[in-house]
Amino acid sequence: MSAILETPVRAFESVSGAGAGEMLELAIGPHHPSTHGVFRMDVVLDGERVRRLKPVFGYLHRNHEKIAEGQSYLSSMPYTDRLDYFCSLTNNWAYALTVEKLAGLQVPERAEYIRVITAELTRVQNHLCLIGFLLQDMGASGTPLMYAFREREKILDLFESLTGARMMCNYMRFGGCRVDLPTGWMEEAQQVVQGLTRFLDEFEALLTGNEILMARTMHIGVLSSAAAVNAGVTGPMLRASGVNYDVRKVDRYGVYDRFDFRIPLGDHGDTYDRYLIRVLEMRESLKILRVALRDLPEGPVMDPKARLRGFRPKAGEAYGRIEAPKGELGFHLISDGSPNPFRYRVRPPSLMNLTVLEEMCMGRMLADVVVILGSVDIVLGEVDR
Amino acid sequence: METLEEICFRIKTALPAARVEIIPNASPCGQRSLLLGREQGLAVATFLRDDPQLRLDYCSNVTGVDRLEPSLPQGFVQSPSSAGLKKEAGEGLGESGTGCLEAVYHLFSMAHKNGPVVLRLRTENRLAAVRLPSLTPVWRSCEFQEREIFDLFGIVFDGHPDLRRLLMWEGFQGFPMRRDYLVADDFECEPTPHGDVPKRMSPRQGCAEVIQKTATADPRV
Amino acid sequence: MEVTDQELKIDLQKQGVLMTSLNELYNWGRKNSVWPLQFGLACCAIEMIAASMARYDLARFGAEVFRPSPRQADLMIVAGTVTKKMAPQVVRLYNQMAEPKYVIAMGACAISGGPFKQGYNVLKGIDRYLPVDVHIPGCPPRPEALLHAFMTLQNKIASQPLTGPARPRHLRAGAPSEFSVPQCGPHGLVPPSNPAVWRPPTAAQAG
Repeated sequence: MSAILETPVRAFESVSGAGAGEMLELAIGPHHPSTHGVFRMDVVLDGERVRRLKPVFGYLHRNHEKIAEGQSYLSSMPYTDRLDYFCSLTNNWAYALTVEKLAGLQVPERAEYIRVITAELTRVQNHLCLIGFLLQDMGASGTPLMYAFREREKILDLFESLTGARMMCNYMRFGGCRVDLPTGWMEEAQQVVQGLTRFLDEFEALLTGNEILMARTMHIGVLSSAAAVNAGVTGPMLRASGVNYDVRKVDRYGVYDRFDFRIPLGDHGDTYDRYLIRVLEMRESLKILRVALRDLPEGPVMDPKARLRGFRPKAGEAYGRIEAPKGELGFHLISDGSPNPFRYRVRPPSLMNLTVLEEMCMGRMLADVVVILGSVDIVLGEVDR
Repeated sequence: METLEEICFRIKTALPAARVEIIPNASPCGQRSLLLGREQGLAVATFLRDDPQLRLDYCSNVTGVDRLEPSLPQGFVQSPSSAGLKKEAGEGLGESGTGCLEAVYHLFSMAHKNGPVVLRLRTENRLAAVRLPSLTPVWRSCEFQEREIFDLFGIVFDGHPDLRRLLMWEGFQGFPMRRDYLVADDFECEPTPHGDVPKRMSPRQGCAEVIQKTATADPRV
Repeated sequence: MEVTDQELKIDLQKQGVLMTSLNELYNWGRKNSVWPLQFGLACCAIEMIAASMARYDLARFGAEVFRPSPRQADLMIVAGTVTKKMAPQVVRLYNQMAEPKYVIAMGACAISGGPFKQGYNVLKGIDRYLPVDVHIPGCPPRPEALLHAFMTLQNKIASQPLTGPARPRHLRAGAPSEFSVPQCGPHGLVPPSNPAVWRPPTAAQAG
């Protein structure tokens, strides 16, 4: 830990000094096929080796926090969909959880189970897409991505029949969920989960033992556990470095303490571990889904005492967080008793995970930078808000 | 985990010069926070991270807050002795008549799996004295978040290794998340089927004049 | 005369004889091989990727590959919010594309700023700086909507004459194919829009 802090990270100055003539300054992005969104990296290369790397973002800064200050709490719910646009339902849950903490609202049991089901489905489709994009960046042009998106479409069909939209679901409300499950949804979901289990076996058979994948990801982009903790890295990236910290187990929010699931941990903290952790997490999510779909209780999906019109939480503040597929997604809300939040802040996991990008890429070749960035799993909607 | 009073007591025992105050929180979640004095902020943070009982090794979130005018129903400062909440001006740590800017840190312990412990640091005012100690040397996760607060609120963090704008471009002037920020007028009118909208429209002030009146000087200079 | 020609053409086609004009042939070749630029900004980009995947399959309309380089692309699908920081890059990429080139503004954000319209960093529509051929409303528009927009673009290309005042831009010598790139100024973009491409709607028009 002390080694990182003793080397100060300098602002990106123009390269000078001995050997300066041989260094190449390159701006990768904001438009580049391998950056996951409009993300730019300014790298200084010595041949193929990276000597310095500075991420530049803000190209998708859409002023979500400022807009939220000017409208009511509920109006910001559709905007949370657009933060991490792959995982709109977990974003909704994090926001609803924070507002429920702020206002002291209770959530009925059925709603909690539905939240767990939708969150785990979101986790599965996010990790699938991520693996697809990672392989696409590695040059497996399109095939794993096609498989991943094919399965994702099945999950999106479930979301559409439940919430009305494929991606921007806007489903959670303060005190529960917007609508109850339609008839036949449970059976369809169970079939999708069964199909996904078989699909994961097929997907892994093609990828996990694949020589090219292993050669391009093993010992690449190593992140030590101490560096990860100090840099605020969370999610699969943290667990790949061997730190056992999953907000589902630590905070036990929702009804997660009723489910028996393991937390996979990595040994090396390299890109291959980050890939494998995500595959294992998908399997654990399917385990949770099977139990949750079986045990879903009857009841209302919305707290009968919750009042959405004229919602004015008492003055105060709350910080709520969940284990989103990318890491710890937190919301910090400060209320002054009015219908609009006084301060609305999103704690984006992708932004924190980018803190260590430079040290993971240091000394590696340019082609590895792309793969390492792919394994960090960023979404610019979240990084820039 | 220890209560906030115990933590407060241990900080004051370890660092007698530190000014620490407990700020209450009226919301049901009861997440109270510690308001730190600016001078000892870094030392307190190092203590919180390294103390074996606390081991607050993970700084999850840094929020910037603009407490504009104490007279408006926004800012709360309470001294621990008084009961009930009241809107105060010029009382407590780091408040002046013109409001202040604030950085709120949420700390957790990955080693002990507990938290959060909330820290607050307030600037003296919103004009020229907007410096706070950077906690990036203690928790590297503050690096980007403090840069963002500098970019959007204008707080200057002393000791930050790389204080530049994060989200807006380098030549941008102004601090957009401040509550008195006026956006440049490029909205233009939106014609609607009803005639009264264009009737109500009046020619707007040229945006250059508006910006000049409200722009704050770059506090780094 | 047009109708009889069409009936005659269909009859002949059934017997294996193809009749066409140079205009039709030219446009047929152009519209069936429009290669998009791989250019996704935000959430709409994911629906664009989904539209190119196995279920919706944009490739069967001729968009076989998404080209990473603007020099090799014909179509720029602006999918997602264009922020003021990104706008100069978008215009530069458009300028680098070779004629004939088209722009589809996908999603509410690209058309007019969308749900983020009040933002200080949000450009209220890419049509402030670039000429847009097809607008797709939606947030995000479904992949089927993107396919429909693609077909609309293809119909637009098919209906373009080769001669006369209505001929497309790449056949007119004096028509500009590059547009001025805005700069990031101290408070926003300079200029806030390109007057050659877009004029703000006036109150008089609204009445």
